[in-house]
Amino acid sequence: MKRRLFLRNSLGAGLAAGAFMSFGRFEKAFAGKPLPAAANYDLIAVMGGEPAAMFDMGIQAMGGMGTFVRKGQKVLVKPNIGWDVAPEKGGNTNPALVKRIIEHCYRAGAKEVYVFDNTCDNWIKCYKNSGIEQAVKDAGAKIVPGSSESYYQEVTIPNGKKLTKTKVHELVLESDVFINVPILKHHSSARMTGALKNMMGVVWDRGYWHRNNLNQCIADYALFSKKPQLNVMDAYNVMMRNGPRGVSVADLSNMKSLMISTDWVAIDAAGAKMMGREPESIEHIALAAGMGIGKMDLSSLNIHRLKM
Amino acid sequence: MKSSALRHIRTVFALLILILFAFLFLDFRGLLGEEAFGPITYLQFLPSLVKFIIAGATAATGFIVVLVLTVLTGRTYCSFLCPLGILQDVISRIGGFVKRRFRRYGYKKPYTILRYFILVVTAGILALGGIYVLTILDPYSIFGRFMSYFVQPVVLLLNNLLAALLGRFDIYSIYHVDIKPFQLAAYIVPSAFLLLVGVLSLSHGRLYCNTVCPVGTLLGLLSKVSLFRIRFDEDKCTRCGRCAMACKSSCIDFLNKNVDLSRCVSCFNCIDACKENAMSYGLVRLKQKQLRNDDADSSRRGFIAGSLALLAGGSRLLRAQGTTPAPTIESTVKEDRLYPVTPPGSVSIESFISRCTACTLCVSACPTNVLQPSVSEYGFAGIMQPRMDFHSGFCNYDCTRCTDVCPTGAIMPLLIEAKKLTQIGKAVFIRENCIVHTEKTACGACSEHCPTKACHMVPYENGLLIPEVRDEICIGCGACEYACPTKPYKAIFVDGNPIHEAAAKPETEELDAVPSDFPF
Repeated sequence: MKRRLFLRNSLGAGLAAGAFMSFGRFEKAFAGKPLPAAANYDLIAVMGGEPAAMFDMGIQAMGGMGTFVRKGQKVLVKPNIGWDVAPEKGGNTNPALVKRIIEHCYRAGAKEVYVFDNTCDNWIKCYKNSGIEQAVKDAGAKIVPGSSESYYQEVTIPNGKKLTKTKVHELVLESDVFINVPILKHHSSARMTGALKNMMGVVWDRGYWHRNNLNQCIADYALFSKKPQLNVMDAYNVMMRNGPRGVSVADLSNMKSLMISTDWVAIDAAGAKMMGREPESIEHIALAAGMGIGKMDLSSLNIHRLKM
Repeated sequence: MKSSALRHIRTVFALLILILFAFLFLDFRGLLGEEAFGPITYLQFLPSLVKFIIAGATAATGFIVVLVLTVLTGRTYCSFLCPLGILQDVISRIGGFVKRRFRRYGYKKPYTILRYFILVVTAGILALGGIYVLTILDPYSIFGRFMSYFVQPVVLLLNNLLAALLGRFDIYSIYHVDIKPFQLAAYIVPSAFLLLVGVLSLSHGRLYCNTVCPVGTLLGLLSKVSLFRIRFDEDKCTRCGRCAMACKSSCIDFLNKNVDLSRCVSCFNCIDACKENAMSYGLVRLKQKQLRNDDADSSRRGFIAGSLALLAGGSRLLRAQGTTPAPTIESTVKEDRLYPVTPPGSVSIESFISRCTACTLCVSACPTNVLQPSVSEYGFAGIMQPRMDFHSGFCNYDCTRCTDVCPTGAIMPLLIEAKKLTQIGKAVFIRENCIVHTEKTACGACSEHCPTKACHMVPYENGLLIPEVRDEICIGCGACEYACPTKPYKAIFVDGNPIHEAAAKPETEELDAVPSDFPF
């Protein structure tokens, strides 16, 4: 059974990789029908390519973007655009990756794709200097401000231990599909930032979280009904210290990796491992796993590893 | 030229200048590049003078150009280049619609003693290196405050209404901007001047410029000897008085066929009003009776000299007591800030408050709202001079916009590399207020925002981390203070450096090797 699964997985990966090697160009990858999902992977991990190319390969192995986005749907892509730093500083999600994800969404028939973040630094500077504003426009999607309380609506979090209500950006509520695109980084408050922590950019009052047991609030938010259908973790340049803003490029480790998963606890657990930490040592990951939000025990997961 | 062309040229030119300056202060989206600010404000008289005299910037020669211009053409500065003057012309125009008699001026006597007293006081203080009265009376700064304090909130309100409307149609090119009014006390002076300038210009033309404004009075002295000036053609004049009725400065004594050149702002309205073509603007004719005023002039000179001498002592006293603000009262968990924080490029508190005319251009230009008008932080004399308010924003690490826009040299230009190493203050951590200490839960919002990691996390109890500040690499940007979620007092705040210092560069160490395979 295990061997058969292995064979099937390898075959799928081989096909996906082969397709890219032979076509080379992005457009051609869509020439045929998307390959059917080779297996129900819990996590896809890609290493060794450029962010956009790794996503092409990874999402193909997930069964293509069509698995998540249907024709005519409204999609929200939520990268991390928290800081007024250039792309090479690794403080924000890679703009080329954001662009490619949007392109896949449109290929899958999305009607509209939206991008926003409630930034830490001045939002106009963040949007511009991260390169994400341009990338989003180039891909034909809309970049929306997250800078004013008027964009946020109060929602309740059932069963939240510390966070029972919070104000969420209207796009989270209005979109049909929610794609979470964090960048993996060291974080001075939460130790690590990934998929779960990235949700601090969709709410208005982060201060409340900080005042009321930050890690519990991060885990609590994951109980909210509007969850991301897909998580894509940018681990191309991983900030190993001085996060989340970073002091210099010397803080970065050029891991050239990317993870994709529908389980945001699992993808964070994999991120923790990439940073040389045990998932259970990151409190919010452990809390979320304990609350049944996802799985952090990577050995129990069906992980598909791809090298480029 | 005797036609109405001169007046039309003046009107169009002045309106363009007014729009330009209004945009300078209302450009909340930062559309105007930093490089545009210098040339636009170059000719503003007092900012240029302050920059030249106090800041010692010899390139700030704009005021010399204005002086030469005045000697050549009279007070054209007041009609063509002064945004406050032009604004008053607009208000006068509106006044004419409100009541027709508001625009029928007629000759009136000047308030000679008052206007020269104000000039002498201002000049005296400036000569001694002070700035206090200038802060309040500089016409360019008054205009700037009108825009930032009163007009900008209205513009933002309209913007937000539009943004809300467009948002329904999924258009986000116009976006909502939160309206953050300044502290109420900072509004006292601008409100008083709005009332004064507003009322006077509505019904009395340029009475403010010819009575209160020290720049108007100074240029008036020079324009008495100007080469180009308004002239009567005595042969053509029928003494109908239309010129005097049209004169916003109330300076045409048509019965004596005399124009008070010290008050004439070269608006050319009289030329247009004269049906007989008896008024014109041209080269001075020497035969005009100049002698008449000489008696009055000599006594005025004596008065000016006397007042100056009196002032020399007085203003020195003023200066001595108000140089560096005294430390505020200490308390244990309250943020006991000893010194206010001045923006990068201002070198020291003393230098900043002696050069800033509180025009609030930096406040308008600041993308993060960290610059806010002060109330009492610099002492009473420093009211409205901006300070770094870390409750309203924090200084963006990669930004030097305020240093690029300041027209008076209160904030000197800084290269971005230098700015990143300029320590304007130091973060002070108050453990007793910190969430980690009081709640025993993780926080670290301060360290998260710190661009140099001067504020970093060190082990605390139960595996928690707590902030610690490394003074030497802290630049005082206030990101930590802004981000700190504790209420009502912050657990970390920036205490100003009275004299800015150089921060050390954050050190970097090599990382471990990049993993070549998945660790899972």
